[in-house]
Amino acid sequence: MTEVMPPRALGQSPRRVDGPAKVTGTAPYAGDQRVTDPAYLELVQARVARGTVTGVDTTAALALDGVLAVLTPDNAPTLASTDDAELDAFRHEIGFRGQVVAAVVARTREIARQAAGLVRVEVDEHPHDVHLSADRDDLRAPEEVNAGFETDTDQGDVDAAMGEAAFSVDETYKTAWYNNNPMEPHTTTAQWTGDWLLLHDSTQGVHPTRETVAKVLGLDPEHVRVVAPHVGGGFGSKGTAHVHVVVAALAAQAVPGTPVKLALTRQQMFSLVGYRTPTIQRVRLGCDAGGRLSAVAVDVVEQTSRIKEYAEQTAVSSRMMYAAPNRRTTHRLAVLDVPVPSWMRAPGECPGMFALEAAVDELAIASGVDPVEFRIRNEPDVDPDSGKPFSSRNLVACLRDGARRFGWADRDPAPRVREEAGWLIGTGVASSTYPVNSMPGSVSTIRYVIPGRYRVEIGAADIGTGTWTSLAQVAADALGVPFEDVEMQIGDTALPNASVAGGSSGITSWGSTVVATARAFREKFGDDPDEGDEMTGEMPEASGDDYAMHAFGAQFAEVRVHVDTGEVRVPRLLGVFAAGRIVNPRLARSQLVGGMTMGLSMALHEESVLDERFGHVVNHDFAEYHIATNSDVPNVEAHWVEEDDPHVNPMGTKGIGEIGIVGTAAAIANAAYHATGVRVRELPLTLDHFLD
Amino acid sequence: MIPFDYERPSDVDGAIATATSRGSVAFLAGGTNLVDRMKLGVTEPELLVDLGGLPLDDVEELPDGGLRVGATVRNSDLAAHPVVLRDYPVLARALLSGASGQLRNLATTGGNLLQRTRCVYFQDVTTPCGKREPGTGCSAVGGSTRQHAILGASERCVATHPSDMAVAMAALDARVRVRGPEGERVIPLVDLHRLPGDEPERDTVLSGGDLITAVDLPPLPPGTRSLYRKVRDRASFAFALVSVAAVLRVEGGVVRDVRIALGGVAHKPWRATTAEEELLGGPATEEAFRRAAELELAAARPLSDNGFKVPLARNTIVAALRELSLEER
Repeated sequence: MTEVMPPRALGQSPRRVDGPAKVTGTAPYAGDQRVTDPAYLELVQARVARGTVTGVDTTAALALDGVLAVLTPDNAPTLASTDDAELDAFRHEIGFRGQVVAAVVARTREIARQAAGLVRVEVDEHPHDVHLSADRDDLRAPEEVNAGFETDTDQGDVDAAMGEAAFSVDETYKTAWYNNNPMEPHTTTAQWTGDWLLLHDSTQGVHPTRETVAKVLGLDPEHVRVVAPHVGGGFGSKGTAHVHVVVAALAAQAVPGTPVKLALTRQQMFSLVGYRTPTIQRVRLGCDAGGRLSAVAVDVVEQTSRIKEYAEQTAVSSRMMYAAPNRRTTHRLAVLDVPVPSWMRAPGECPGMFALEAAVDELAIASGVDPVEFRIRNEPDVDPDSGKPFSSRNLVACLRDGARRFGWADRDPAPRVREEAGWLIGTGVASSTYPVNSMPGSVSTIRYVIPGRYRVEIGAADIGTGTWTSLAQVAADALGVPFEDVEMQIGDTALPNASVAGGSSGITSWGSTVVATARAFREKFGDDPDEGDEMTGEMPEASGDDYAMHAFGAQFAEVRVHVDTGEVRVPRLLGVFAAGRIVNPRLARSQLVGGMTMGLSMALHEESVLDERFGHVVNHDFAEYHIATNSDVPNVEAHWVEEDDPHVNPMGTKGIGEIGIVGTAAAIANAAYHATGVRVRELPLTLDHFLD
Repeated sequence: MIPFDYERPSDVDGAIATATSRGSVAFLAGGTNLVDRMKLGVTEPELLVDLGGLPLDDVEELPDGGLRVGATVRNSDLAAHPVVLRDYPVLARALLSGASGQLRNLATTGGNLLQRTRCVYFQDVTTPCGKREPGTGCSAVGGSTRQHAILGASERCVATHPSDMAVAMAALDARVRVRGPEGERVIPLVDLHRLPGDEPERDTVLSGGDLITAVDLPPLPPGTRSLYRKVRDRASFAFALVSVAAVLRVEGGVVRDVRIALGGVAHKPWRATTAEEELLGGPATEEAFRRAAELELAAARPLSDNGFKVPLARNTIVAALRELSLEER
């Protein structure tokens, strides 16, 4: 058990300390950094999905006034490490359409773009294969899936349990290909001074980016500085360095002394910065006459790229959600000539909980048990997967509180019986969950700079989540001083090492580090330190592996489907979460509402449409890749239940960046069924599914 | 973006003379579509002729009770014009359902008519497109066609015209005033845009140096009602999957005047003349509306991804006429 701090600043809602800079447009994002006389970089991308670059004619591009350099597979410097094929910039071998094959450095962005259009790339094109199907005979089992989980699990006898079940569901659910679209595109400003490299990069982790770039370029990490004080969203796509960072560094090397700026276009983001794999999930559930689950089985087929494996852990959450003696999960990959998939907000849980929670709704209806009650009946005593106790688990409290707030008790379970002014109305529920992740390796320094002022240094990231503010709250309570007495320094590798802002692990990891440092500071210097007193501390070893640690939630949706046109609208979303102690309710509400909104967008709108003939996402801009607008999101409420978890960390927090998106799409699909009587098992829920 | 020249003439004849002086010229009005295309490399004019200095930004009430809308009147201004709000609700609704507030503040009447398709293959210079580069075929056929045409397409092009405003104007029997090197002429709006046929690169019947100066809206007889219904994949800021502009006058349960135009289904605003002929003089009933819509859509040739547009267009036509006829009672 960890010693949980008594809250003072924790639980309060100080305003964002970075707010004034952001609303006045003075917060320096990666592309806004003032550098002297920069050059601009434009990428030349492969127009085939598979092939070999046999030649690049740069004559016309170089002849253009203002062009400084053109990098190609034939002249680009050799990289120190090509272990990660995604980062192997300027390969001759093309592994997906959109891969970077050349890059132009020029005096202006416009000249760079014009010159990029003049670069002639000769390619020996090979047949490509981008077709995802569960029927392929070459599906591969990965060694493990993302975050180090087992590929397959098998407990009991699912087939026998399905045969004996009073009620069962055996259906296939599909989620679409989704692309991360943070508001700020991936942007890098690179500058060399001798053999020192400075990167202003839009990243979820300055230190991880430094490690990656140093390895690929063969540099001493101490010779690379990465700066990112503000990041305009990432959703996982900025959690690892992608090839554009390497390209920017190489381009700047080609024009020594000149800083080089690269901002990906929206279109380029659809092939170069990761995305959520589409999934095909066969879900089998069986239960007894009372609605108690006897079998849970999820078999997932998804895709990875031929050049680099990424295996989304889609079925992992179904291993621990509900009690059932017979359980089985599998993950299989189609290895395709597609861009490299990666993390997107709640990888695994997000697509996985769509399928599981839609199937649970179907089984609840089949067994005649109310969907909220069905979930409560299947609440496990311990983690069904590991057998460990939960550090805390308040799914039932979330379901009950949500049902009360939403007005679930009056619900008529019959589908397609409510209509108002041409709109069929329904309601639905789904559970959500997200693990409590903790990353090793963070370090922080606390210095008493002047009387009444503590400076806390750690290379943490604020990707719009509010770290500047929430981490200061943690530090203030750990030091036992007012919030105003703490000054944070984050987002720079010149500061002590910090782990990535990923897996909703930021506050857990950085906060635990800051608390450990503060306690050591107080131990050494007491409550009345001298100016200049300073302490450096490290992230404590994980407190042990005795508990299963997860956040939970319940999502409720009202859906309206138009009788004539099939248009789908979600007038109300309501989520209740149990995610440990909430550090800053104002910021937390934004995270949860944002996650739920992204889940709504996933349910109704978002879909990257692959043209298999070319191998690329054709709707690669905001006109055609639809993200929910304000008009689509009239009312989203996020609430939480009080939860004291003494096991997670000294703050008692669980992480809230991702759980908001988990389960939302299932709640909406379940409500759409209740409205219309039409069960749609693939996302998005476009109007054509509901047309008569 | 490649370099280009820029001129800003102050009168219409000067604009036309400037435009005919060079081979590759584009008129710049609001720029909301042209500038995007230039950034994408879809359109690469040598010369931009900015129409912002021309005296074409007035809405004038005509002696017959109609309206003359200048070519550079902004979409947001036209949507808020009191006569449009009072007499042409179909047009106000169409304008307000298009784009976003910021775009409507810039977009103009003439520019809206002449905006080009947002077909994803047309907009992407890395995929073949005969509308962008004549003779290179149509990538949409056999590709992603959710947004594409079900009526009047050819194997050379299955793109749709993206305008909402033009659909409403088609239903209003608007007339387009055009000035060109040969002088002035008036083109019925329904004849301004072309079907793709063998020349998908030609969106309209206009040729080099032709400049739209105004759109005339004839008056509607008393008792005529109109509306615009746009169906799309999200509640705002999306192009129509199907839209319906409907103008209806019913007397004693009998259809005395009906005009229906469809958006999102063809290379041009699609005037549903077959349905209109079926309805005119007949009963204003749900069954009649449905039969007329089905007759109109009998010619539909849906593609791999857009078969749903046929029932969607049918249902939306019926719903629009139902709503207008209910108002009548």
